[in-house]
Amino acid sequence: MKKYLAYALLLTLLLVAPLLFYPVLLMKVLCFALFASAFNLILGYGGLLSFGHAAFFGGAAYVTGHAIKTWGLPTELGILTGTVAAMVLGLLVGVLAIRRQGIYFAMITLALAQMVYFVFIRSGFTGGENGLQGIPRGTFLGLVDLSNDRAMYYFVLGVCLIGFGVIARAVHSPFGQVLRAIRDNEPRATSLGYNIDRYKLLAFVISATIAGLAGATKSVVFQLASLTDAHWHMSGEVVLMTLLGGLGTIFGPAVGAAIIVTLQNTLSSGPLGAWVTVIMGLIFIICVLAFRKGIVGELQAALRKSFN
Amino acid sequence: MFSDLLGIAPQVLFGQLLLGLINGSFYAVLSLGLAVIFGLLNIVNFAHGALYMLGAFAAWLLGKYLHIDYWGALILAPLIVGFIGVLLDRFLLRRLAGVDHLYGLLLTFGLAMLIEGLFVKMFGASGQPFAAPKALNGGVNLGFMFLPYYRAWVVVASLVVCAVTWYVFERTKIGAYLRAGTENPKLLQAFGVNVPLLTTLAYGYGVALAAFAGVLAAPITQVNPLMGSNLIIVVFAVVVIGGMGSIMGAIVTGLSMGVVEGLTKVFWPEASSTIIFIVMAIVLVLRPAGLFGRTN
Repeated sequence: MKKYLAYALLLTLLLVAPLLFYPVLLMKVLCFALFASAFNLILGYGGLLSFGHAAFFGGAAYVTGHAIKTWGLPTELGILTGTVAAMVLGLLVGVLAIRRQGIYFAMITLALAQMVYFVFIRSGFTGGENGLQGIPRGTFLGLVDLSNDRAMYYFVLGVCLIGFGVIARAVHSPFGQVLRAIRDNEPRATSLGYNIDRYKLLAFVISATIAGLAGATKSVVFQLASLTDAHWHMSGEVVLMTLLGGLGTIFGPAVGAAIIVTLQNTLSSGPLGAWVTVIMGLIFIICVLAFRKGIVGELQAALRKSFN
Repeated sequence: MFSDLLGIAPQVLFGQLLLGLINGSFYAVLSLGLAVIFGLLNIVNFAHGALYMLGAFAAWLLGKYLHIDYWGALILAPLIVGFIGVLLDRFLLRRLAGVDHLYGLLLTFGLAMLIEGLFVKMFGASGQPFAAPKALNGGVNLGFMFLPYYRAWVVVASLVVCAVTWYVFERTKIGAYLRAGTENPKLLQAFGVNVPLLTTLAYGYGVALAAFAGVLAAPITQVNPLMGSNLIIVVFAVVVIGGMGSIMGAIVTGLSMGVVEGLTKVFWPEASSTIIFIVMAIVLVLRPAGLFGRTN
């Protein structure tokens, strides 16, 4: 009962948030929260460190931008097209990457994402260094004009809630249980008769798809798809958000994303603007050395202790 | 001539081959360092590119403020950066013993961000020119191509360093300890060898190799805070292709990938920036453990 009350409270907060804060920043936080949660599915629950998730995020942003701007698709279909593109890309990368484990998995996803990045630089439809600019926001189902920031916020909130729902469903399903079993002890899961490669691949594809959904939505919000979205720095950023918030916790990645996005926004306008990379690096090091459970993970541990 | 038959002037072909060989030398030295570090620490050193850059900057700073010439810097810069590596291992990486190996990758990733961010802040993102030593100015006309002395020196110096490393690892007593440390550190410790010291030295040496490559690269690429940031990803792909199992594997794969890249620039220029990743994908399909790798 308490749980539902908490969810209702959270939802109310999300609904009234644009009255209190700048909606564009909120939308950015939401998109990155979804991105980080998608990433958490593969790292936190699957134990696979993907260093190439920017390819899905940025790739979906490009495809969505192109679909809406050049093909003239309506906004919802544009986002759907980008998401499907990320799914296909996730399948291709995943099939190759799951052939190796651990550290190699990280290096392979990183290298393949870099390859995708070079393809984006070279292909004409991405607009090269300029990116795809001026993507029209359009309307929702032809009814609601999304150029209004508040209307856009509720649209983004809806999209992200669907994404979060899919992730939560996957984590709390038998599929999620098997995934955690594989993470904790791969040989044991194999000996229990699970085809671990199929589970890993499915988790990777779901993760890539939702990451794509986040990127696609972001490109509509900012009306821009650029190389930054696909660069490996972005892959590093999403690792940082997830790590800071808490690996393998449901709300951790969203908390991490909110902190990092807000921090970057605050820093970039202040005197410390040139230090953003350095500060991010420092947070990374501190997280790894002293704070491996992340904020939500540490809170949960502290709560558990106080109950015992 | 046969190369003329393919519609490509021999100067172009051999020029790109030489360029490929130079890039290959850097890949070889860098992936060698990664292999040494991985062997003993079980860490993929994401900071390798940043430390390569640090080597180039050390040489540049030594020249600018202490008037130490190229040859002095070629010795001193790797020593300085190697010492920094020893400190990094002692104070940061050491704390991750017994934790999942992925955290090592994440920690060194954070380090790379920190180091590169600091240098961009201090020196700007544009490159600083760095002159090649006077003794190596000019070049020789080989008939089919023009060979600049400095570029020939880069290849020779890299090969020598690779050969020395191979010899030390495969033919000397300390090499035997290092290989034993890779296989079974606990047992080696039980025999009375100071394994933590060995590990620290291995990290220092791997890092010094990166810095050495950085100094060699400085006159060719200029000294730029971000010179190592994209390179490290290519080197990772090289490492996946070769597998981190063997010293010789790292050297051979590094050199040949450079040559493959050079040839691609001649015959299929559009793919030159992605060819190594394509090769990696093919190797993963055909031989997932890598060309020289062993499973597990």
